[in-house]
Amino acid sequence: MIILNALVQGVLLGGLFAMAALGLSIAFGVLRVVNLAHGEIMTLGAYLAYLSLSSFGLNVWVSLLIVVPAMGVVGYWVQRLMLQRALRLSELAPLLVTFGLAIMIPNALVEVFTNDKKPLPTGDLAVQSITVVDGITIGVLPLLTLVVAIALIAGMQLFLARTKMGRYMRAAADDSDTLRLMGIDYRKVYAFAMALAFGIAALAGVFFGIRQGGVTPFDGQLTVLFAFEAVIIGGLGSLWGTLAGGIVLGIAHAIAGQISPDLPLLVGNLVFLAILVFRPTGIVRSKVAA
Amino acid sequence: MPLLHAQSISAGYGDSRAISDVILTLQNGELLALVGANGAGKSTLLRVIAGAHRPTAGTVSFKDSDISRLTDFHRNKLGISLVPEGRRLFASMTVIENLIVGAGSGRAGAWNVESVVETLPMLKPLLKRNASRLSGGQQQAVSIGRALMSNPEVLLLDEVSLGLAPIIIDELYESLSVVRQSGLGIILVEQDLARTIAVADRIMCLLEGHVVLEGKSGDLTHDQITDAYFGHSIVSFSEPDLTTEEGVQA
Repeated sequence: MIILNALVQGVLLGGLFAMAALGLSIAFGVLRVVNLAHGEIMTLGAYLAYLSLSSFGLNVWVSLLIVVPAMGVVGYWVQRLMLQRALRLSELAPLLVTFGLAIMIPNALVEVFTNDKKPLPTGDLAVQSITVVDGITIGVLPLLTLVVAIALIAGMQLFLARTKMGRYMRAAADDSDTLRLMGIDYRKVYAFAMALAFGIAALAGVFFGIRQGGVTPFDGQLTVLFAFEAVIIGGLGSLWGTLAGGIVLGIAHAIAGQISPDLPLLVGNLVFLAILVFRPTGIVRSKVAA
Repeated sequence: MPLLHAQSISAGYGDSRAISDVILTLQNGELLALVGANGAGKSTLLRVIAGAHRPTAGTVSFKDSDISRLTDFHRNKLGISLVPEGRRLFASMTVIENLIVGAGSGRAGAWNVESVVETLPMLKPLLKRNASRLSGGQQQAVSIGRALMSNPEVLLLDEVSLGLAPIIIDELYESLSVVRQSGLGIILVEQDLARTIAVADRIMCLLEGHVVLEGKSGDLTHDQITDAYFGHSIVSFSEPDLTTEEGVQA
């Protein structure tokens, strides 16, 4: 029963990892940009939610209505004004830009908010749980996180399959040079993809903050690791693979946590390494474009 | 007023020059064929016209407007559409999705999924098939259809028949004859000289990046084109009526 409970908790935790990884997967799948600042974007989103709470007295969930679109706009213009220009220099230049952002953002957050943890209270939601059977209890917040992650991935798949912009994003993932020949301003497509990536990252950042009882400026250094591992385990550029990768990572963490509270990170990294060695394409082979 | 005019185009890749000082004019409804051996610069010239390759010198005008500084997607919006060498389909998408993306410029006109399928009937049973699961001929048909979806005024066709079976090539050229009836200007890059002579209004032969032969297809013999193609003799036919001895130099 302990193992079964660990599996259930792992799947639930996987939802959070998958949500964190989804934006990264979109950025890589469409733009071929490895966003090293992804974790910091998540952190920034959580701080924006905190600001909404502390300045306007909003509820965390209501704050998402501001945070997600606002970070989407930020992502759009980061792509247009910084990453797009960097892409003209070389394929590696955007990597350096995101590396710079990953250093600047947490340091700026320390200056503005100090190193103290800023709370993202959700009332008693964080402690509510449902007992499925004796020995297996599901937290309402982790369940909600998993449901939101699955809904996001399903919604993103629908968006990619059914909308004009979604098709352009898939076409850009296939062959951006040819997409340009179709009369489509690829810069807008790229910027829209980055807007989605930032918006979803911010959402994931808020969920991370809620789960951890608050947010600190350097949280992104750890969350980006989980996001990268989930993406790689699942298969680069694959949305459902990202969910699968998140769940595999979550289960690894949960089972390791049953043995010792110090082990989850180590075991998660070992699983990640094992996937890299034995199945470097990831456990799901489809692409964002699929 | 020509539909398209490329003036003194030079272009290359790094230190290597692919085309030098090429002048090209296309009239409304005309089919101009570019012929030449591999590496002659035909594809580079098409890509320069489409805006996909930046020339080192020269200008491109479309309907008397200088479009040299416009990007490839702006040129497509104006009405210049390229069927690239190698088809370059969006491999993860279905045929119909490829066609729909081809209409991205939003230009109005007679071409839509229905009319494209009517003109390229081999696409009809394939609309929901993934583009990566098509034969070479089917891929070429999708690539042509996708270019037509932008309702172009100039269609640039790069290596239509390359690697395809003769029966498929016949079918594609039959479709192209229907496309021509819509009155758009076509620049065709083709290796098959006999077919080129049969369909083209005018032929321009490139050799090592230079125009070595140009004239109406009816005025040029197969031998003249072959000689120019392989560089056995350099012939300059800048005017339609070039039957005098001065017109043919050894």
